[in-house]
Amino acid sequence: MNSLLEKYIKKESLPYIFCPGCGNGIVLNAMIYAIEALGIKDDTACVSGIGCSSWIPPYLNMDVMHTIHGRAIAFAEGLKLSQPDKNIIVFTGDGDCLAIGGNHLLHAAKRNINITVIMINNYIYGMTGGQKSPTTPIDAKTKTSPYGAIDNPIDGCGVAMSAGATFCSRWTTGHPNQLKKAIQEGIAHNGFSFIEVLSQCPVQAGKSIFKERDPWKIIQYIRKNSTITSVWEDEYKEDKIRLGNFKKETDKREYCEKIITLKKRMKQE
Amino acid sequence: MNISIDDNYCKGCEICINACPKDVFAISQKRNKYGTLIPCVAEKENCIACKLCEIMCPDGCINVETEV
Ligand SMILES: Cc1ncc(C[n+]2csc(CCOP(=O)(O)OP(=O)(O)O)c2C)c(N)n1
Ligand code: SF4
Ligand code: SF4
Ligand SMILES: [Mg+2]
Repeated sequence: MNSLLEKYIKKESLPYIFCPGCGNGIVLNAMIYAIEALGIKDDTACVSGIGCSSWIPPYLNMDVMHTIHGRAIAFAEGLKLSQPDKNIIVFTGDGDCLAIGGNHLLHAAKRNINITVIMINNYIYGMTGGQKSPTTPIDAKTKTSPYGAIDNPIDGCGVAMSAGATFCSRWTTGHPNQLKKAIQEGIAHNGFSFIEVLSQCPVQAGKSIFKERDPWKIIQYIRKNSTITSVWEDEYKEDKIRLGNFKKETDKREYCEKIITLKKRMKQE
Repeated sequence: MNISIDDNYCKGCEICINACPKDVFAISQKRNKYGTLIPCVAEKENCIACKLCEIMCPDGCINVETEV
């Protein structure tokens, strides 16, 4: 096993449940590298919902909460309010975060609570067998869109930023070092950070979306269909999906601090 | 320099073979206890210690140790 991972992973729970070549393990690596660089292993807790991607935290030899479908962000907010000194990282899938959990994403972003959400977007519900998710591309034939998806996919970064996220990045599993840096910056940022990772599910998305089972070929396909930019324009008409560090806003107040101020004010009144 | 692949956890996805810019890894005939064909370290001398394989291996199997 990799020597850095030995410090972070509970060996007795290996191998990971992930299928061969699944992107979840790469996201886990990038996160471990980021935590190691910041030296905050013992001051960090990881929270997840339900889905393959939500199985990232349970292998960690750290404080983790594996919660219920769609509610990872809600649990994370509660944890942050009770332990404001902890760094909180949420691992959530495109289904967990944007479908059943969409409302929690909007409100956590709006509050600007200091947590870091890492959304692993594999364009599908992997765990349950390949149903259409909010990010499934138009025309993709999945278990729940047998004639091809007809509705527009949601752009998670666009939604998070418009709701008020003060830090936002998007990378792919083919950009592990950029992803690591973004996670590092997202954790260091005092406010709501949203990081999307475009990832390969060679099994379910491989079958329904990419018509390709080779994980490396899917990584390359996603890379080729993306473009790196640092400016986010709301009116964007190109086909290529944007990657990069889009937003870092430092003048908005953070939610836990607002609560402390409110408590003080209530005592005075 | 030492490069190792842990056969206990390797799932044979071949990402390392493709990700390495110097073609250090190659397909082999070796199987692990699950019957998975696992890659081998074929061209160790070519390694530039960029460690891309370490971060790209989804199962955390690879160790690139450079002499200090
Ligand atoms: C309340 C509830 N509804 C539905 C499910 C079934 N379910 C489990 S995982 C999942 C979707 C997972 O998709 P995603 O979040 O994209 O994760 P992935 O497996 O793709 O990483 C669903 C619908 C559930 N566990 N709980
Ligand atoms: S079904 Fe897809 S997302 Fe789930 S572990 Fe397998 S490859 Fe990964
Ligand atoms: S990337 Fe890791 S799991 Fe995949 S074949 Fe290489 S060593 Fe094995
Ligand atoms: Mg998914």
